[in-house]
Amino acid sequence: MAENHHEAGGDSKTPVLAPGHDYASVTRTISDIVLERAPDWRWALGMGAGSSLLMIFGIAVAYLIYMGTGIWGINAPVMWGWAIINFVWWVGIGHAGTLISAILLLLKQQWRTSINRFAEAMTLFAVACAGVFPLLHMGRPWKFFWMMPYPSTMALLPQWRSPLVWDVFAVSTYATVSALFWYVGLLPDLATLRDRAKNKYIAMIYGALALGWRGSARHWARYKSAYILLAALATPLVVSVHSVVSLDFTAGVIPGWHATIFPPYFVAGAIFSGFAMVVTLCVPLRSWYGLKDFITDRHLDNMAKVMLATGMVVGYGYVTELFMAWYSGNPYEQFLLLNARPFGTYSNAWRFMFFCNVIVPQLLWVPSIRRNTAILWVISIFVNIGMWLERYVIVVTSLSQDFLPGAWADYSPTKWDVMTYLGTLGLFTFCLFLFVRTLPAIAVAEMRELVHETHIEHAPHAASGAHGETA
Amino acid sequence: MPQVFPPSANTLSRVVLFGLAAGPAAVLGTMMLLVRSPLQTQVGVVREQPVQFSHEHHVTGLGIDCRFCHASVETSAAAGMPPTHTCMTCHSQIWSGSPMLEPVRASLKEQKPIQWNRVHDLPDFVYFNHGVHVQKGVGCVECHGRVDKMPLAWREKPLTMQWCLDCHRNPEPHLRPKEAVFAMDWTPPEGSGLEAAETKPMNHVEVGQLTNCSICHR
Repeated sequence: MAENHHEAGGDSKTPVLAPGHDYASVTRTISDIVLERAPDWRWALGMGAGSSLLMIFGIAVAYLIYMGTGIWGINAPVMWGWAIINFVWWVGIGHAGTLISAILLLLKQQWRTSINRFAEAMTLFAVACAGVFPLLHMGRPWKFFWMMPYPSTMALLPQWRSPLVWDVFAVSTYATVSALFWYVGLLPDLATLRDRAKNKYIAMIYGALALGWRGSARHWARYKSAYILLAALATPLVVSVHSVVSLDFTAGVIPGWHATIFPPYFVAGAIFSGFAMVVTLCVPLRSWYGLKDFITDRHLDNMAKVMLATGMVVGYGYVTELFMAWYSGNPYEQFLLLNARPFGTYSNAWRFMFFCNVIVPQLLWVPSIRRNTAILWVISIFVNIGMWLERYVIVVTSLSQDFLPGAWADYSPTKWDVMTYLGTLGLFTFCLFLFVRTLPAIAVAEMRELVHETHIEHAPHAASGAHGETA
Repeated sequence: MPQVFPPSANTLSRVVLFGLAAGPAAVLGTMMLLVRSPLQTQVGVVREQPVQFSHEHHVTGLGIDCRFCHASVETSAAAGMPPTHTCMTCHSQIWSGSPMLEPVRASLKEQKPIQWNRVHDLPDFVYFNHGVHVQKGVGCVECHGRVDKMPLAWREKPLTMQWCLDCHRNPEPHLRPKEAVFAMDWTPPEGSGLEAAETKPMNHVEVGQLTNCSICHR
């Protein structure tokens, strides 16, 4: 309980909610971003950049479907290139959202409250970006539904032993559960927007989306149990989804892929990169939209600590891989991990990955760096790049030089690989800016709950006085 | 503040919720039905031909054996379409002035084959072998239906992979003695001991390998 008191911000540490807020001010600050505030140049810039890149995505996909996957840089040994690298990268980014919204909810961490909505949205958009790659890197994407079990006239079912089939189920379940969790969380806030909207048609849109939420005690009781159940479902899901993604590699026999440490190490990497992305997006968002009272330095500090912890697990993964290569006595594994990766064609990628993911996050041990927004933001960018390189190193180096030297070939991406990747960045940005404009980026109802709890902490007797709900 | 939605919105919301569930189910169900319907499988759909050839007349009326025209059906992968010369063995003398047979005569005169329209056209990634089916005791009727009753040809079976596999997994009900393969109206004789279970060893059919991909998709 002492720890909880600690979290609510009653002591010398930066609180999770700046003092002086009541229900009305919290509601006003968040819902005004959607209802009142006119889109400014920053929003126009972000939306413009997002939609421009989205158009590039359209061109890249149209040409890909017209010409085939040969427009990419993939070749005979390296059949998986940027498409799979980006898939794993995007799925990984999505994981922090679920971690924040589900796992931190189960752990009753109050500091999740002001970042969960936004992190869940990030999850959804990242999964949307990830989801396009398994479709696009199929040679015949129009046959994608053959990965689904359905009563076909061919009397065929998918091969249940392939991790790529598990991917279909993992990613589609993950997308569905994340969307449901996000939407259930949105219901009370949509009702708030409905009640605060001055325009009749806008009130009707939010009213239809709020599904007649009235905020009665029964609503809330059921909402709370549904929410906690979804969180309890999403927690094993998030761990298994990225484990399944890691099995795409580790179920293979390729040196550098066939490592049993991959499932936990991929999950740690996913949380690592996901938190880095949350920080990357949180820092500009909170200053542009004046949300520093809600997303305080305390949040950034905590997120930096999670990044540090998961970054250490990732570093442990790297070292274990190297040790096991040496310890295995397997010449192919030793060649790949002790020779090809650190000194071969792609040694720059490997070294920079090590620098970004293992060296740079060590700065986060220092409290003053964690609390320096600018430096933390730069570190988070490094981590994003480093985690992309990690997937690049795993996919490309392992494939380009494996068992038979006669089948070795180097890999380099083409402009179409780059355009597709930039395109998904555009899709992500587009969705994100659309979300910021149309939905509350911070969970209003949960913030009001936080206000309530903070008031109780400060003045237990005054708690009943602060009960008036402002819609 | 006025109400956002009128009471009629209650009905509307129920309709929308129903539609959200029923809509996708209806779309998927329609697609499942369409791929099994004659629109896709062409079952029972008569195909136009350059000559109005009647199997009914030639088989039931004249008693010609299948192999007279489809000569390679016992030995090769393709049953073979008869060349114009086969038609002309009779039709150089019979109905030699019939306007219906003008394309046949023209074909012989110009030395150009008749452009028949295939009724049973499998995709080229399927290697179907007529010979092995005939040798293992699959009657013509099992796949092509009662051709002796078709004035114009149509497809009797859907030719889907599921239809092929149903028989490859459980061939007994579709097998017959080899001497009855070309009989159009054959049924297992009552109490003859030719029960379904015995046709498999009789024709040396090994079911275990029949569903390997390489059987058809070479």
